[in-house]
This record gives sequence, structure tokens and C-alpha cells, in this order.
Amino acid sequence: MSSPTRERAEGATAPTSQGSPPASPKAGFWKRIPSPVRNLLLAALALTAISGLMLFSSDLSSLRYAAVGYTLLAIAGLQLLVGGSGQVSLGHGAFMMIGAYSMALLVLHLPMLPLAANLLIVVVVSAVAGLLVGAATARLHGPYLAGATLILAVGLPGLAHRYHDVLGGSNGLRIRVAGAPPGLENLVSDEQWTSIVVWTVVLLALAVLATVSGGRLGRRMRSVRDDETAAAMAGVPVGSTKVAAFVIASTAGGLAGALQIYVLGTATPSIFTLALSLTLLAVLVLGGVGSMWGALWAALAVVYLELWVSDLAGLLEMNSNVENNLPLVFFGIVLILVLRFWPLGIQGIFQRLAARRRLSETSR
Amino acid sequence: MRFGGLTALDDVGIQVAPGTVVGLIGPNGAGKTTLFNVLSGVLKPTEGAITWKGERTGKTGPHRLARAGIARTFQGLNLFPMMTVLENVVAGADRLAKGGALSMVTGLLGHHRDERVIREKACATLQRFGIAEFAHHFPGMLPYGIQKQVALARACVGDPELLLLDEPASGLSKQQVDNLADQIRGFSNDMAVVLVEHHMDLVMKVCDHIVVLNFGQVISTGTPEQVQADPAVTRAYLGEPAADGGTR
Repeated sequence: MSSPTRERAEGATAPTSQGSPPASPKAGFWKRIPSPVRNLLLAALALTAISGLMLFSSDLSSLRYAAVGYTLLAIAGLQLLVGGSGQVSLGHGAFMMIGAYSMALLVLHLPMLPLAANLLIVVVVSAVAGLLVGAATARLHGPYLAGATLILAVGLPGLAHRYHDVLGGSNGLRIRVAGAPPGLENLVSDEQWTSIVVWTVVLLALAVLATVSGGRLGRRMRSVRDDETAAAMAGVPVGSTKVAAFVIASTAGGLAGALQIYVLGTATPSIFTLALSLTLLAVLVLGGVGSMWGALWAALAVVYLELWVSDLAGLLEMNSNVENNLPLVFFGIVLILVLRFWPLGIQGIFQRLAARRRLSETSR
Repeated sequence: MRFGGLTALDDVGIQVAPGTVVGLIGPNGAGKTTLFNVLSGVLKPTEGAITWKGERTGKTGPHRLARAGIARTFQGLNLFPMMTVLENVVAGADRLAKGGALSMVTGLLGHHRDERVIREKACATLQRFGIAEFAHHFPGMLPYGIQKQVALARACVGDPELLLLDEPASGLSKQQVDNLADQIRGFSNDMAVVLVEHHMDLVMKVCDHIVVLNFGQVISTGTPEQVQADPAVTRAYLGEPAADGGTR
């Protein structure tokens, strides 16, 4: 069966056919479930696994998982925008700031609202912010859009200084959040509970993002990314599709910011600098643009690379100047190496392995 | 249609009846593609009107025209390079989906049914165009003839009522052009076709009606026989016969 010609033919096609195996009966059944249900089931499964992991982890680790969670959400939103619709935003951190500050103001001024209501309001606020920015920038392409969003990333933290009374200036805003609910105090610690709450919200939001990007809207975005004229002639409203991508990404960013302050208890302008926006974009490329899994590797890289490298620097007893900057240097080196050898990022490595495995299976 | 001081199309009239194939020919720079861009809404005419099924569309954006049943192909194909052949064609079927914005964001409200319908339609169209085996390939990796079929499939999958074809025969072999002629005659059973083409054999073979453009003006119009016999057309293509028997 494995004649050389056949192998060559397979070799030419396999790398191109990512994620499109010939439908087996089982896959057919899975595909017949509507995509929101499918994604919610996956989210529930993931939440169970992560909660289980949490119960066996220390409080500190639990908080780190939470950090991975909200970073993942922020990057997944950016993924939809950059990988999905082809718009590069340097202002994603600004939307996280909008979310974080909205959350803080809600907790400070309307303390009776439950967390769920706060998060819903944050979703609305960041969606409106995304709509305003997205509508204003919908006609801008590539570097011009990046430039416009750059203004946002640079300018917005300044607002916190300008409106010192309301936004707390450089000290930012500080909130206290409730710990584990009364019935569960003996079962989970406050930190574990926080982390579980964060991951619940993150996975729900990811289910929505996955539904969007796997469905008609996601396809519309990709067609706009690939060729605006052809997309328009296929009946895709180009402008509103771009704005929709922007709104969804901003909402994910805002929600991530709200979760961040929920975990850290404080929001300062120094967290949401241009550096944050640039880091988010850089790790997205590192993880792999074009796949939601890429966002996961990116989030893990953000949280753990820095941690490991500062641990390493501590072990080697370097002086504090070196120690503080080492993570940055290391991150830069990793980014360069990954992009040099795997231009599609970490997810690209997995895709290549999967393609190779499929190839060896089919030629057997 | 004017661009700044340049009049690209001057007082051009064209009528397309349902189920007919109209050929649009003319020398290079005559304004064929410009007329196409006006018809498909990519360019807004500076003067004049376009009527589609009794409604004026002159200021309507291209995606609205596409949703109203006007599809087109491009000279440069303009396939979506980072989407598979199947995805390209599914994207072309977008107008068949019924759900609105809310359905697309939540994935509810008939989204699943919409997706199934347009996906099945796309698969059937791939079969019909004989390119089903390439469904999961990226278009850039495929031979040009196949890419052209993908572009045709993407334009036809949404059951348009008017199909605008911009040089469908360019770069094809003799055999492929013959097949294309049959295909275009086949399209005219379901829809009206406007064809911009340099390949005269094809134009004369498939068109019911031909419009000849030169320097932005209609210089001749009629059946293939009438146009072929029109001295104005010969002049546009070959130039004035030289008075003194020709000097080189």
C-alpha cells in the first residue's frame, strides 16, 4: 500500500490539511452537537480538571493559576482580533485597564452588588469602549490601526493621574474581595476559591470566543483578514465585521482586567502600561497566532517564564539590577529562538507534530 | 464614471436580462473592469444609475449587492489564501444563512442549522465543480486551473441571480476553455451572466449579446454576428486601415 508515489502525494498534502481529518463516525456525532453546547461541555470538563488540580495545590500556586486564567482570557481576545480579523492592536492593555478600573469603582461605590453583576457591568462597559474605539478605527489598516491603538495604551494610564480623586492617581484603587463562601471554608482556602471563580469566568468567556471564532462570524473575520474586496463580494459587511472583532476582543480584555483586580486586589496605572500591551502581542506570536491553544501557551509563558527566571537569578545570587531585568532578556531570547525555528509559534510545533503523525498513520 | 479629471466610463448603458449571457469586450483600457467594479458596487458611479430588479443600487455597498444576489469573480482570483478551499466556498455561501448578529455571537438561534445548510451546500458545489478532493487544501498550493474553479465555485455557491465573470478564461488551456464554455452556458440556466473576456472564441460561443467598449464608450452592441460584422469594432481592435496601403 505504501508505494513511494503515494507517500509523496500524502507528503505534499498533509501539512496543509490542519485539523481536517476524514470524518469518522465518532467525530460526526461530536460535530452534530451545536457548537455552543460543545464548547460549554469542554469548558465544564476543563473547569473540573483545573478545580481538581487546585485542591491539591498550595495557595500560592492557586493564585498563579488564576493569573494564567485572566492572562489567557486577555490573550484569547487579542487572538480573535489579530489572528481572526487581521487587525493589530497595541492597545489591548488599555481595555484591561478599563475593565479593572470599572470593577474597582463598582466594588468601591456599589458594594452591595454581587460579583456576577459587577462582571456583567464590566462586560457592557468594555464592549461600549471597544465599540467606540473600533468604530473610530475601522477604516484604518495595519500600521495605522496599530498607531491609533498605541495612543490608547499610552494615554489611558494618564487618566488615572489626571483624575486623581476618582481614580487614585499612581497609587491606583484598592479593593477587598470576599473569600470562600461560608459553606465551603473548610474545603477550599480563599485563594483556591478566588482561582476557581476566575477560571469559571475565563472558561465561560473562552467558550463564547471559541463559538464565535469557529462559527459564521469567525469565518467572516478570516475572509476580511485575507481579502477585504473578495469578502465584500461574498456578502460580508467588512466594516461591521471588523468592529465586531474589536468589540469582542475589548470585552475579553476588559473582563480579564476585572478578574485581575479581583485576584490582586489593586489596580494601578503602572500595571496597564504600553509594555503590557506589547507583551500581550509578543506572547501571542510566541504561542502561535491563529489558534486558541496558542493563547494558552502564551499565558503560561507570561506567568511562568518570568517566575522561573527570577527564581534562577535568585539561585545564582546575581545583583538586583541583573535579577530584575533577566526575565525580560530571557523572554526576548525565547521569542527570537521560537520565531526563528517555529515561525508559527509554540502551537505551530504541535501542529507540525500532529501533521507528521497523521502522515505516518496514513502511509502505514 | 470619472476618476479626478479622467473619464473612465462615459454614458455607458448595459442591460442584462435573466438567463442570458452578456459579453463585455474591448481593447485594453477600454473600461471593462471599471464597469464591472461599478456593477458590483466596488466603485460608486459619479453619474447615472444602476437598477437591480427594479431598485436603484448606485450607492449601495458591494456586500449588500452580494446579499441581493450579485456575485462576481476577479481577474486576480482573490481567493482567501489562509482558508481552505472548502472554507473559501463556505464563505461564499454566507448569504444563504438566515441568522442575524445575535445568532453569530452566541452560536444559538439557528446558527447550527445555518452552518449545516451552508456547509452542505458548499460540499455539493465542490462536487459539482469537480474539486471536492481539494476541499482541505489551501488554494495557493493548487494548480491555476483548479484555483479558477474554486473562484467560480465561491461565486456560484450562493445561488446568485447575476454572475459577473472577470476574464475567466485567462491562463487556461484550450481544453479548459472549452469546458468553461459549457460551464458558462450551464450557469445561464439559473442566472444571468456578464462576461469580460479577451478570448474571442469563448465570447462568440457563449454570449447571447455583446457590448463592445472603447475608451469608456459603447461603440457597438448586438448579437455575436452583428458585432463581428461591425466595422467600428474592427477599427477599435485593429486601427484605421492605412490610406496608402500600409507602411511599416
